[in-house]
Amino acid sequence: MSDHEEHLGERKSQGVAIAEKPQREGFERDYNKYDFRDPEQYAFKAEKGISRELVEKISAMKGEPRWMLEKRLEGLEIFLSKPTPTWGGDLSELNYDEMCYYIKPTGEESRSWDEVPDKIKETFDKLGIPEAERKFLAGAGAQYESEAVYHNLKEEWAKQGVIFMDSDSGLQQYPEVFQKYWGTVIPAADNKFAALNTAFWSGGSFVYIPEGVEVNIPLQAYFRINAENMGQFERTLIIADKGSKVHYLEGCTAPTYSSRSLHSGVIELIVNEGAQMRYTTIQNWSTNMYNLVTQRALVYQDASMEWVDANLGSHLTMKYPSVYLLGKGARGEILSVAYAGAGQHQDTGGKAIHAAPYTTSRITSKSISKDGGRASYRGLVKVVQGATGVKSNVMCDALLLDERSRSDTYPYIEVDEDSATIGHEATVGKVGEDQIFYLMSRGLSESEALSMIVLGFMEPFTRELPMEYAIEFNRLIQLEMSGSVG
Amino acid sequence: MTGELAIKNLHVQIEGKEIIRGLDLYVKQGEIHAIMGPNGSGKSTLALTLMGHPKYQVTQGTISYKGQDLLALSPDERARAGLFLAFQYPFEVSGVPLSRFLLQAVKARAPETKAQSNGRPVRRPLGQFRKLLHEKMEILKVDKSFAGRYLNEGFSGGEKKRVEVLQMLVLQPEIAILDETDSGLDIDSVKIVAQGVNSLRGPEFGALVITHYQRILNYLKPDFVHVMVKGRLVKSGGSELAEELEERGYDWILQEVGAASTESAEEKGADPDERS
Repeated sequence: MSDHEEHLGERKSQGVAIAEKPQREGFERDYNKYDFRDPEQYAFKAEKGISRELVEKISAMKGEPRWMLEKRLEGLEIFLSKPTPTWGGDLSELNYDEMCYYIKPTGEESRSWDEVPDKIKETFDKLGIPEAERKFLAGAGAQYESEAVYHNLKEEWAKQGVIFMDSDSGLQQYPEVFQKYWGTVIPAADNKFAALNTAFWSGGSFVYIPEGVEVNIPLQAYFRINAENMGQFERTLIIADKGSKVHYLEGCTAPTYSSRSLHSGVIELIVNEGAQMRYTTIQNWSTNMYNLVTQRALVYQDASMEWVDANLGSHLTMKYPSVYLLGKGARGEILSVAYAGAGQHQDTGGKAIHAAPYTTSRITSKSISKDGGRASYRGLVKVVQGATGVKSNVMCDALLLDERSRSDTYPYIEVDEDSATIGHEATVGKVGEDQIFYLMSRGLSESEALSMIVLGFMEPFTRELPMEYAIEFNRLIQLEMSGSVG
Repeated sequence: MTGELAIKNLHVQIEGKEIIRGLDLYVKQGEIHAIMGPNGSGKSTLALTLMGHPKYQVTQGTISYKGQDLLALSPDERARAGLFLAFQYPFEVSGVPLSRFLLQAVKARAPETKAQSNGRPVRRPLGQFRKLLHEKMEILKVDKSFAGRYLNEGFSGGEKKRVEVLQMLVLQPEIAILDETDSGLDIDSVKIVAQGVNSLRGPEFGALVITHYQRILNYLKPDFVHVMVKGRLVKSGGSELAEELEERGYDWILQEVGAASTESAEEKGADPDERS
């Protein structure tokens, strides 16, 4: 999300068909599949709706410094003053007054495994998620078999000077670093939902990689045991110092249930000179969720940033990972895949801003639409004056699995520099009868054939995932194709 | 029991046009049959119909295997019943490595490996599959690197044909239909492919080989050779018939059966055989 697209959205919408209303049937059905009672065992749960008092209360409860409270209040004002965007997905049914903006977990198990509905358990089963992780994912337990492993890793990282903790702890323990960088990549005024996040943020990760340090094992957000990890307004800040290397990974392929209907995260990344960062997200929110996320990386000289982003769940996702290439020779890569099933709209893509010479970017987007789902690619490549020798390539491939589903592309290119080389390629495909027949003639059932073709389509993304994630991801797609999920 | 593919009085239409017009053929396990015939006579239509391509509509007649009505079965059920088709024009599937595809096909065709114990699928050892695949690749002189390549993507015409035969060797069907597998292959490749087919020969394996050339038949030594004209088998014999056709062409048969030349412009357009 950003205001930048706001005007782009308006401009483009003149030539584009009006967005269809989400299909309620599918939405309801899918909602039920993850719906279970929330026992409401919280230490503190805010009243519904937004107020200045609530922001003050949250900040006080967290024992935050004065400057953070001021940031929050500023965010609140900006949020209230900005209109809800009318481009991208349909946000008209979002009711800000009906939502709860802060829940402080008790730190104890919030629900017992017995309370988790069979449907969810079955899905975990089909995905082959280990027992301990299932409980965690379902919000029933925070114990991990891998905790010992994680503990060792933590010691290893600490020796190297790596900081990896939740953002609230980060603010308490590293106030100077926090104040220096926090909100500089994505200020509250960036867009309405970044402002909302600024006012109510809680949880998320704070990561610092010192100069020259290479972290070879992905930092996994879901290793970090914290009920606020999957919070509503999580806020992540990652700084990779000069010449360092890090892969941060968040999310999981299993459906993530939340009783909340809005998730609005802000992810700020800083990739200093010569550093390499990769940020992998797999999002599979339950399909009642509005997932409106702003994520952006500042990339300095000779540094490289890779976003690897999968959006499978949610009712509506609006998310455009961005790279701001600010130093000579900086590289940015955005690999984004989306699956839009019944009642879902995935409005995703990426942005590459070339603000320095010899910067390169590549945006690859792959989407699948099925059962009336809609997948949109929305992207921007911008080359500012003086950024000579820029190269950028955009590739969007959409796969439509039936006549009811929809895909569209909104590519924007703004180039103020003649020497730039910009490539753009878009394809929309359907699964051919002949391809299906060919695979079936070898003994695969129709749904096996279909999911094999779809997995093949997704392969350029899947091969970038750590193996255990790739396997889970493939299984999930297979389940979606065979219709046995939901 | 020896399986028999029995085709009786088969009539097939595509887009309302009748291509096969009353065809009878019986192929038993252990037998090799060759079908030859001029372009446009319906040979590929027969192959695709046997496998169950949804575009081909059977309007009359029956196809059965081991007494089971094949027309009631979907293509994958036919495959699991023991049929295999080596395609004249294999399709490409991007992002799917050949080995992964074949492993899933092996699993799909061997239901016993899907047996449940404690709710978890019993896995056929992966090593065993790899060994089988590499063995068969050796027979067909297909480089091992092909196992990791995406199915038919970027393969040359000859590589595609060899990989079709490779799939057949791995899946070990009871009745295989080879649709012009030798077309477009160089002399050495024809020999290699034929050796591959011969490696399956035995009482359990029957084949229906569609070809324009006698060369592959020299290696395969078919038990029966049939000539197909205008959607019917008009002449059958032993392998000496293939030699005669190679020497004399089809005109004498066309005259014998009183059929006019098949090369009329009107028929050319609609028939899939004409794509070559």
